[in-house]
Amino acid sequence: MDPIINEFLLESSENLEQLTNDLVALEHDPTGDGHIASLFRAIHTIKGSCGFLGFPKLEALSHAGESLLADLREGRLSVTTEIIDVLLRVVDAIRQILADIETTEGEGDVLWTELIASLDNLHDGDTPGLPGDRVRQDAPWPGPEPSAPLEPDPVSRANRVEATIRVDVDLLDKLMNLVGELVLARNQIRDLGAARKDRDFVSAWQHLNLTTSELQAGVMKARMQPIANVWRAFPRVVRDLALASGKQLRLDTEGERTELDRSIIEAIRDPLTHLLRNAIDHGIEPPDQRQACGKPAEGRVLLSASHQAGHVHIEIADDGAGIDAQRILELALERGLVSPEQADRMSEQDLLELILLPGFSTRETVSKLSGRGVGMDVVRSKVEAVGGSMKISTRPGKGTTVRMSLPLTLAIIPALIIRADGERYALPQSNLLEVVNISGEQEDVKGIELIGDVPLYRLRGKLLPLVHLSRQLGIAGEPPGTPAQERGNSIIVLQANNHTFGLVVEEILETEEIVVKPLGCLLRGIRCFAGATILGDARVALILDVAGLAQNARLESDDRDGAAKEVADPGPTGATGRTPLLLVEIAGGQRAAIPLDQVSRLERLPRCAVETVGGREVIQCRGEIMPLARFSAIDGSCAAGASDDILDIVVHHERGRNVGLVVERIIDITEQSLEGTTRADAGGGTALAVVQQRVAELIDMKSIIGVPAPCFIGDPIDAQPESSR
Amino acid sequence: MSRLQQFTTFYVDGLLCGIDVEAVQEVTPHLDVTRVPLAPAWIAGLTNLRSQIVTVIDLRCRLGLSQRPADCLANNVVIHGGPDKISLLVDEIAEVVGTEPEALEPPPEVLNERMRKNMSGVVKLDDRLLLVLDVEEVVKLDTDDSGAELDEQGRRFLRAEEDLQ
Repeated sequence: MDPIINEFLLESSENLEQLTNDLVALEHDPTGDGHIASLFRAIHTIKGSCGFLGFPKLEALSHAGESLLADLREGRLSVTTEIIDVLLRVVDAIRQILADIETTEGEGDVLWTELIASLDNLHDGDTPGLPGDRVRQDAPWPGPEPSAPLEPDPVSRANRVEATIRVDVDLLDKLMNLVGELVLARNQIRDLGAARKDRDFVSAWQHLNLTTSELQAGVMKARMQPIANVWRAFPRVVRDLALASGKQLRLDTEGERTELDRSIIEAIRDPLTHLLRNAIDHGIEPPDQRQACGKPAEGRVLLSASHQAGHVHIEIADDGAGIDAQRILELALERGLVSPEQADRMSEQDLLELILLPGFSTRETVSKLSGRGVGMDVVRSKVEAVGGSMKISTRPGKGTTVRMSLPLTLAIIPALIIRADGERYALPQSNLLEVVNISGEQEDVKGIELIGDVPLYRLRGKLLPLVHLSRQLGIAGEPPGTPAQERGNSIIVLQANNHTFGLVVEEILETEEIVVKPLGCLLRGIRCFAGATILGDARVALILDVAGLAQNARLESDDRDGAAKEVADPGPTGATGRTPLLLVEIAGGQRAAIPLDQVSRLERLPRCAVETVGGREVIQCRGEIMPLARFSAIDGSCAAGASDDILDIVVHHERGRNVGLVVERIIDITEQSLEGTTRADAGGGTALAVVQQRVAELIDMKSIIGVPAPCFIGDPIDAQPESSR
Repeated sequence: MSRLQQFTTFYVDGLLCGIDVEAVQEVTPHLDVTRVPLAPAWIAGLTNLRSQIVTVIDLRCRLGLSQRPADCLANNVVIHGGPDKISLLVDEIAEVVGTEPEALEPPPEVLNERMRKNMSGVVKLDDRLLLVLDVEEVVKLDTDDSGAELDEQGRRFLRAEEDLQ
C-alpha cells in the first residue's frame, strides 16, 4: 500500500479516537468550547487528507459532519443526544470506510446517503443534498474559514513529529528479547569474573552492568503504555450502555497516565471492559431506584490506576447497589458450588469471591449488556495469567470495588533462586510473602508438626500447610518413611489463588533478575513449571509455577476451587470419599474426631491464661478475646483433668469469630470415610465412628459450640452474667 | 547425486542410527543438561544452546536401550522438532551417509515395539545396518512412556545381520 495512505490511516484512526472521546465529553458538558474546537480540528484533518488522496465518500461524510459541528460552534444548534448520536454514527462510518481502505484500498460499497441526509436535516444551513467537493472554497455555509481553527495545528503537529516517532511493535518485542539476552550475558560475565580480582575487569564489568540496567529500563519504558490506551474506549462503552439500559451514568478516571507494559495492557483489556460492563449492568441501579435510596440519579463509575511497590493497582468502583452476599450464598448453595457446611464457615469476603467461580451469575435474567455472567472466572484467570491478583469488596447500598494488582512487566522478573537435590529453581517473587528460616532450630521445636501425614507449620498461630519441594518434584532421594521434618532448612511462604502455603526447600541461594523463556511442547504439560531461564553460569533453571505446585500438592482440595470440582463427585466428601479428621482425646481417654475443615488452627496456651468473665471462660489470644468451650460442659462428663498446665485448644472459626474447644490432647490427623457412622443420640449432633481401630465421637463443632452458650458466637464480649438479665 | 538420500549417522548403545540431514540443525559436543523432574524418563532435560533453551531427549532411553555409562559424555544432534529446538543425546557422531531412497526397508519385526515405533526403516550398508529414525515420532509425547528394554532377541538379530554383511 502507498505509504502516504498508510500514514493517513494511522493518523485518522487516532483522530477517530479523539472524536469519539470529545463527542462523549461534549454531551456531558455541552458548553465546552474546547471540545467543539478539538472535534472540528479532528474531522477537518480527515476531510482535508481524503480530499487530497481522493476518497470522495469519506470526504462527503466528513464534510457533512463538519458542517453540523460548525452549527454547534456558532451556536445555531445546541448539543442534543440526537446530534451526538448522529455524529457518533459518522465516526463509526468513517471507521468502516477506513477499514475498507485498509483491506481493499477502496472505500467500500456503502453510499452512506441516509446518514448524510440525516446530518443535513439537522444542519440548518441552506445547502441541500450532498455537499460538493468544492464546498470548501465557495460553499455558502456560514462556517468559519477552515484555516482559522487550523492555525495552531500545524505548529503543534510539527512539534509532535519531532518529539516522537512511530515504532513497530514487533521491533519493540525484538528489542526486549535482545535486552533479555544482554541481561543473561551480563549475569554470566559477572559469575565468570567473580573469581578474578583484576581491577580493570571489575571496572569494565561495572560499566557493563550499569549500561545494561539502564538499557533494560529504557527499553522497558519504551514498551510502556499509559492505561489510558485501554480506557479511551470506555466513555463510549459507558454512553452506549447508559442509553441501552436507561440508566444515568458518569465515568470518572484517575491516574490514566499510569503506565504498564504493552503485553499486560493487552492482557487486561478484555477483563477491564468486562468489569466495567458488570459494574454498570449489575451494580448501578435505575435512576428512580437510586433516588428512592437518597442517591443522585446519576450513577458513578470510577476507574483509577496507580503505581505501588512495583505493581500497578487498578480499581473499578461503582456507587451502585453493592453485592448481596446472602443472595450469592443462596445461589452458590442452589448450584452446589459450596456445601452448607462450607458456607457456614465462610466470611463475607469468602462469599464475595464465590462470584469468581466458573458458572456463577447473580443476575436472574441474563442481560444482553454483560453477557451471561460466566465471565468473572475468566476475568480472574486472565488477570492471574499475567501474574496479577484480584479482590472484590462491596458495601450494600454503597457500591462495589474491584481491585486488580498487576506486575509492571512480564519478560524480566525478579526471582528467588533456590536449590533442591542439586538443581536450581527460580521462584517468581510476585508469589512470595515471606521466608522463614528453620535450619538453626532443633528438630523438636522446628515448628513443623507432622500430624498424621500432613505436615503443618505454626506461623504466628496459623496452621500453614507445607509442601516439600523435592517431594513434589519427585526428586527426593530419601526413603519414603523419612519424617518430613528431616529435610528442608527454609520455609518459603507463598500465595497462589488466594491460598497460602509453605514451600520447604533445602537451600535458598540468591535473588536474581531472570528472563522468562517458555518451555518446549514436550514439557508444557508439567504444571509445576512456568518456564525456564538461563542463570549466570549459563545453565538452565526451571521456573516454578506456584499455583501449579499448590494444585499438584492437592492443597486446593479444601478451598473453593476444590469445592467447585467436588460438586461432580458423589457424596459430600470429595473424590476419595474420605474426610480428613483431627483426632483428639477428650475427657477420660475418650476419643473424638473433628472434621479438619472445621478447624482453623490449634493453640497451646497456659492454663493460667484462662479468665472468667460473666461466668464464661475466655482466653486472650493473639489480640482477641476468645471464648472457650469444654466437653465437660457439653456432655456432662467429668471436668477435664488438670493433669498439666498447658491447654490444647482447637480453634473454630464461625462467622467472623473464633471459639476455642479445650481438648486433653491432640492425637493425629487422619482420613476416614464417614459412611457407616452411628448416631450416638438423637439431638446432640454427635455420631460415632471407628477411627484408627478405636471408637471416636464424631464432633460437629457448630453444634457443640452452640450448646454451652449460643450467645458466645453472637457476641462473646458482651456476654452478661445471668443475674443481670 | 540428487537422488541420494543423505543421513547424519551416530552411534547409540553400539547401534548405528541415522536421521535425514535436512532435519539436523547442528551437531555439538557435550552440553550441561538441567534435569526436568516429572518429565518422561526419556527427556534428559534442558540445555542452553547459545541462549536458546533446548529440550534434550536421551535417545538410549527413547529407544529402550541400556543406560549410558557415567564416563561416556553424550554428544548432541540438534534438530528442528516442530516449533521447538530439540537435541538428541547420542554416544558418538559418525559420518554422513548417502543411500538410494529405495534402499530403505521396513523395520524388522523382531525389534521391540518401542524401537520400531521410532524408526522409519533400516538401510543395509556395506558393512553395517543403519537404523533410520522417524524424527517426528521420536519427538512426540506418547501415551505410554514406560521404557521397554531392547529385548535380547532383537539385539541378536541385529548382530547376526551385521555379521552377515
